[in-house]
Amino acid sequence: MTDWLIHFSQDFLETCRDVLPIVAIIIGFQVLVIRKPILHPAQTFLGFLNVLIGITFFLDGLKMALFPLGELMATQLTAPEFLGIAANTEQADWHNYLWVYLFAASIGFATTLAEPSLLAVAVKAEEISGGAIGAWGLRIAVSIGVAFGISLGAYRIVTGTELYYYIIAGYIVVMIQTIFAPKLIIGLAYDSGGVTTSTVTVPLVAALGLGLASTVPGRNPLLDGFGLIAFASLFPIITVLAYAQLAEWRNKKRNSSNQSPSK
Amino acid sequence: MFLRNNRFVRQIFSSFLDLAPILVVVLVFQIAVIQQPIPDVLDLIVGSLFVVLGLTFFMLGLEQSLFPIGESMAYAFAKKGSLFWLLVFSFCLGFGTTVAEPALIAVASEAANVAAKGDVIANTESAINQYALGLRLTVAASVGFAILIGVLRIIRGWPLHYIIIGGYCMIVAMTPFAPAEIIGIAYDSGGVTTSTITVPLVTALGVGLASSIKGRNPMIDGFGLIAFASLTPMIFVMAYGMLI
Repeated sequence: MTDWLIHFSQDFLETCRDVLPIVAIIIGFQVLVIRKPILHPAQTFLGFLNVLIGITFFLDGLKMALFPLGELMATQLTAPEFLGIAANTEQADWHNYLWVYLFAASIGFATTLAEPSLLAVAVKAEEISGGAIGAWGLRIAVSIGVAFGISLGAYRIVTGTELYYYIIAGYIVVMIQTIFAPKLIIGLAYDSGGVTTSTVTVPLVAALGLGLASTVPGRNPLLDGFGLIAFASLFPIITVLAYAQLAEWRNKKRNSSNQSPSK
Repeated sequence: MFLRNNRFVRQIFSSFLDLAPILVVVLVFQIAVIQQPIPDVLDLIVGSLFVVLGLTFFMLGLEQSLFPIGESMAYAFAKKGSLFWLLVFSFCLGFGTTVAEPALIAVASEAANVAAKGDVIANTESAINQYALGLRLTVAASVGFAILIGVLRIIRGWPLHYIIIGGYCMIVAMTPFAPAEIIGIAYDSGGVTTSTITVPLVTALGVGLASSIKGRNPMIDGFGLIAFASLTPMIFVMAYGMLI
């Protein structure tokens, strides 16, 4: 128990150190430039403490439960014995890695749903749009994007194709969608690419990428292990734009079928 | 007190719902596919409870502090009317939150090792550390720059997609000229810059600014800051790789 307390307070101090620059900037500008006292200082302080405690518990829990298991699973799933391939083959056959793609997709989907940053953005979006963009709809759209992105990224590592072909193709899709998507969603969609990859997703995805790159014959973990995060931050943009288009299209169809605009 | 308790309980329940999919995926794969017993079941249970508790505290604190701070600062700056200080603040916020980001530190040192193995830099400890530090500062400066441009965009009302598409074109144009070792890292560095505290703060800042300036729609103009923050690092890191 004392061991655990020491461990916990260490983690707490680490979190504090990470957020120190942010606190310094906020207080510095509030005092020196804005020159107005912070509204409800007690509540703000308490809330900030809640955030710190929350992040510490969150990371501690992840380190205890999910990271070791996720990493273990990534190595087990990519091991040649599990996949039933002879260890000395020169060329990897991408068919053999079906379980890896499936695992990549499911873990990408599940971790994104639990991502705190995405939750924050989704809550804000629902609040501003007056409920037109549901927090759950947005989160599921983003999660599907990450799931697809990571399994495609795993496929890329297995086949060893160039990273930038995929990324450039993704960009072109985003540009085309931007022309047709409702203007309201564009900012939110672009933002959702960046929020998907923080505390939960990055370590698990990095473990999967490195595990794959070091077991697939002919891959260099230093070169091919990177790139999964790029996939995970590109594809949510596409799925969120698609989600908005779908929602708009459904609304239009409903409106034209029963004349009176439904709310 | 009762109300707060009630909210707390509700929040715990919804945090549990958020975590449930991860547990399902892990358990199903472990039992049905890998077919091996789960090591340290106790740790898994306690750890999951921690994650639920952590999410709960985080969400409660978010509504109490990070959102209100971001918004009240945006209003204060809009009222003060000093563009200069607002831009300084934006840059500092982006730079300060990124330079200490643990994920970035990890990626930067990894990248330095890759560069040393690829004979881009000398394979000595000091050269590697210097390269990693340079990369970190590059990314932090690029995020600061991104928030600055993003805030300027909200104030001036420039359409977001032109700038983003312009950025994409720049990345596409730079990729063939950047050294092969840096490309994967550059693309990844866009994703790792936005941390759990930065995102709510920056979102609240953008939305607050957009709602306090006349003629801006918080839905159209308020978002987009994070998109910039994950775009510019790719450009800056590739430029960094080309220069060194």
